[in-house]
Amino acid sequence: MTRAGLAALLSHWRRNPLQLFTLVVGLSLATALWSGVQAVNAEARASYDAAAETLGEGQFAQITSPTGSIDQSTYIALRRAGWQVSPVAEGRLEGIRLIGLDPLTAPGGLGPVDLSDGELTVNVLLSGVLFATQATLDRLPPLDVATQASTEVAPDVILTDVGTAQRLLGLEGQLSRLIVAPVQPKTQPPLADIAPDLTSRPPQAGSDVARLTDSFHLNLTAFGLLSFAVGIFIVHGAIGLAFEQRRPVIRTLRALGFPLRRLVALIAVELLALSIIAGAIGVGLGYLVAAALLPDVAATLSGLYGASVSGTLQLRPEWWLSGLAIAVGGTGLAASASLYRLSKMPLLASARPRAWAMQAGQGRLWQGVAALALLVLAAALAWGADGLVAGFGMLAALLIGAALALPLILDRVLAFGASRARSVMGEWFWADTRQQLPGLSLALMALLLAMAANVGVSTMVSSFRLTFTGFLDQRLASEFYVYADDAEQATALRAYLEPRVDRILPIQNATQDIRGVPSEIFGPTPDATYHDNWQFLQSAPDAWARIEAGEGTAINEQLARRADIAIGDAVIIAGQPFDVLGIYGDYGNPIGQALITEATFEALYPDITPLRFGVRMDPQGVTPLSIALRDDFGLAEANMINQAGIKAFSLDVFDRTFTVTGALNVLTLAVAGFAILMSLLTLATMRLPQLAPVWAQGLTRARLGRIEVIRAVLLALLTAALALPLGLALAWTLLAVVNVEAFGWRLPMFLFPLDYLRLAVFAVVAAVLAALWPARRLARTRPADLLKVFSNER
Amino acid sequence: MNVKSVLLAVLIPFAAYAQGFAGLGTATQDFATPQRPAEFDFPADHGPHPDYRIEWWYLTANLKDEDGTDYGLQWTLFRTALAAGEVDGWTSPQLWMGHAAVTTPDAHYVTERLARGGIGQAGVQADPFEAWIDDWQLAGPDFDNLRMTATAPDFAYDMQLTAQGPLVFHGDAGYSVKSAQGQASYYYSQPFYGIEGMLSLPGGDIPVTGQAWLDREWSSQPLSEDQTGWDWFSLSLGEGKLMGFRLRQTGGSHYTAATWIAPDGTTTPYPDGAFQADPLTVTDVGGRDVPTGWAVRLPDRGVEVEVQAINPQSWMSTSIPYWEGPVTISGSHQGRGYLEMTGYD
Repeated sequence: MTRAGLAALLSHWRRNPLQLFTLVVGLSLATALWSGVQAVNAEARASYDAAAETLGEGQFAQITSPTGSIDQSTYIALRRAGWQVSPVAEGRLEGIRLIGLDPLTAPGGLGPVDLSDGELTVNVLLSGVLFATQATLDRLPPLDVATQASTEVAPDVILTDVGTAQRLLGLEGQLSRLIVAPVQPKTQPPLADIAPDLTSRPPQAGSDVARLTDSFHLNLTAFGLLSFAVGIFIVHGAIGLAFEQRRPVIRTLRALGFPLRRLVALIAVELLALSIIAGAIGVGLGYLVAAALLPDVAATLSGLYGASVSGTLQLRPEWWLSGLAIAVGGTGLAASASLYRLSKMPLLASARPRAWAMQAGQGRLWQGVAALALLVLAAALAWGADGLVAGFGMLAALLIGAALALPLILDRVLAFGASRARSVMGEWFWADTRQQLPGLSLALMALLLAMAANVGVSTMVSSFRLTFTGFLDQRLASEFYVYADDAEQATALRAYLEPRVDRILPIQNATQDIRGVPSEIFGPTPDATYHDNWQFLQSAPDAWARIEAGEGTAINEQLARRADIAIGDAVIIAGQPFDVLGIYGDYGNPIGQALITEATFEALYPDITPLRFGVRMDPQGVTPLSIALRDDFGLAEANMINQAGIKAFSLDVFDRTFTVTGALNVLTLAVAGFAILMSLLTLATMRLPQLAPVWAQGLTRARLGRIEVIRAVLLALLTAALALPLGLALAWTLLAVVNVEAFGWRLPMFLFPLDYLRLAVFAVVAAVLAALWPARRLARTRPADLLKVFSNER
Repeated sequence: MNVKSVLLAVLIPFAAYAQGFAGLGTATQDFATPQRPAEFDFPADHGPHPDYRIEWWYLTANLKDEDGTDYGLQWTLFRTALAAGEVDGWTSPQLWMGHAAVTTPDAHYVTERLARGGIGQAGVQADPFEAWIDDWQLAGPDFDNLRMTATAPDFAYDMQLTAQGPLVFHGDAGYSVKSAQGQASYYYSQPFYGIEGMLSLPGGDIPVTGQAWLDREWSSQPLSEDQTGWDWFSLSLGEGKLMGFRLRQTGGSHYTAATWIAPDGTTTPYPDGAFQADPLTVTDVGGRDVPTGWAVRLPDRGVEVEVQAINPQSWMSTSIPYWEGPVTISGSHQGRGYLEMTGYD
């Protein structure tokens, strides 16, 4: 009996392959976007974990030297005084970070490298083995040291024994820093007694890459969820339709004595199977999406946060399982109402082929109340709450509230249109559009969300880009930048440049934590270049003059926000208190920054010699000067960069940052377009009884088809008109709430009417394309089929 | 298994069997092996023998505080070589490990240190004698007068040792056979140290005095492949001292050896079978069945005693774990001693 029941149920899909296609494709697309984003996130997190484990950064305190080098004898002296510290020798080998650890004393052993093979361990200790990802190893020149590929090591990092690292880096007897084990003996002398010139730095919870990038990943996740929500609209529609159309089958089965419980179970199993198949396809597509996005995400994360992320994707169970789970869960959610109704259905319920289409029109009151409540909640969150979660909560409330309100608003607008209609034809058009609305509303909601997201994100990105370009012009005021390799070359370089250029502006910096935020301290030369070009977001009166007089400091916006510092507060730089006199925008920089004047910087950091210089000169002279520097002075090409070069590089980092959001945006819009197409196609077959009388009264099939297209355009335009304010609200939230949390800066909002117009045109074109197929089908419907409506032979 | 346990598998010879030398094999062709007759050259032989695979400076002490409460103390420095010989710098094949422990009747404190040779973090020099790893040391002007310190997150101690008798040599004048197949080590002891000093425990500082026993042993392959662990006893019996060990072999048989040490340091070695030790009490130590009460007999000396752990939970939760703690002796003789048992994890 079960077999017969199943066959009867499944026959529905055989007769309606389009519906099956809609269901599977909708679910697959939704799962694809979701699992794609999850895959990207999982890959990035795995890279952070590898980095954390590889570098031991963040989780352990460190002992460092202002010179960057610790004598090995100091390390032994510390050990012999009871300090549980472990040596690190690090440097660059062909540009790749080489880290040497002592597996015996390092709190985490040789990081993620598995040394459970005794023979390998002996080789590591005695002759040296380099561990890195295969991609990193491929970039190494031939060395006299064995190598071993390891997927656990962070990208662009080589791990090895400290002795091997010293030898390869020419650092014999020298260490770069010491890792302090979390547990220390009961008694030990203070660090200052053994090594007065070394400083201990507490664990860097604040600079933890994973935490820093969390907001970025939350951003991606929100997009993935939005796409999934759009996809679930499709699935909900398809399942609801399938249920309504199967009512006769279900009625017959039950009349034949098929138990209700088993019927519900059969349908649930059927849906489970479908959702697993669609979920699997979706995860496969998600892999492709992620593989396509990952290089850009990796570039973004390294450009924006300095986080190294592998550019190649691995099939990690956490994302493909979550993809399958959300596909099954989403289907369950979309089907729960239908299953519930089925279980309550009277035995001899009548077939109601259009009930599905009308059902969305029911409960209008509740829908209105829910929409209003959500919009009020969004407004309340915008006004009262802050923080990333509140920001996303507000976005969710706003988007869902607006989506729920959409059919009600459209209904009112269409009713208004109908009241103004002058002709019979016009009245029929408005009324017919209005009665189609319930069937189309889910697809229109999807379109609304996709368009609003598009408006919001493109407004944010374009505002950001405009601000960022202006910021680069301000900040990169020097025409030419040069770098010396060491102090000696720096002196020679200055002497060489002095007679040839207008001014030389040394760029010198030190690193330290300011209120727990890792920061760079800069000591620029007092120069008109700075006060003319650097604009403060907030400042005390005469800020530049006072900073140049050594009375205070200016800090970047990120630092001010992360450490909650306001104008007039004091911060400690190199042990000295400085009043914060100005806060400046510093877009694209992952860490904090503070400026003090050159003289003060030199007094606080006597050991630091500037190696980088900004050069003010006639822009025409940059190319000849760089040739002269290379040929006469012998400065390497890599040590020179002109202003245009840096700007291009910075803009490139910027653009790659938003490639990902852009791509997700387009995909979401595509899913919404697909939803409209499928809704129109399914409606088209059901609408025949409504169109046949109109046809019989003399309207040609071609004209009917054209009216269908016009209707789609009208609905798309109305939806676009509503999407615009919603999108702008979204943009405001992204700029004023989410970005501040995610990146640490707030940006002014600009409007881009031409972009919005273009989007509206895209939406209309998408609607026309979606309507064209059903309209053509209608125009080619055989008159006999239309006549059958009257002979009740459907 | 992490790198530390691999190294420890190499480092602790008695753990080596259980861990199968972690892929290192048991070949000893590059290392020197003990030869008969044993010839010692002091003070040089108090120092390290890098051509041998393993070596230790192993001190245990039975202590009492003013109230008569029993304490046990352990200070051990192990040396192991990945290859024979010594080289300066990080490529030194010598690895060092320190274990320190304090046992009270109801607590057992343990800590461990690891170090590479060749860089000065750990090592031993013979004259003036100094054995160290990090801030721990066993050092003095000579082998008879030593200061011994160790620190840990939860305890520390600082002890003074004074030899009150001569060195004693086990087996055939220091050539100690460990199996019927002839595996052997060089093995001598200083069982006559008087010890006094301060224990720093979580509850506060405790002045203590007592007796200490230092074992020196080096070899390249001390255990036979069919030996699964050992039970080692050092017992102070009033009229003499007894060192005895029982190597457990697959199939349930044992290989035993013992040395009777008269108060003047005169030694009598006993061959396989003369010394007998049989478990009396088995204690659940963190889920393992460990014999913490023993019947020990050396009929030739009229020794028929019961040995009971002062704290049966004296588990050394080091990377390669074992049991080591002070014991009380009753029966034909009374006294205190130390018990070490491996291969029960």
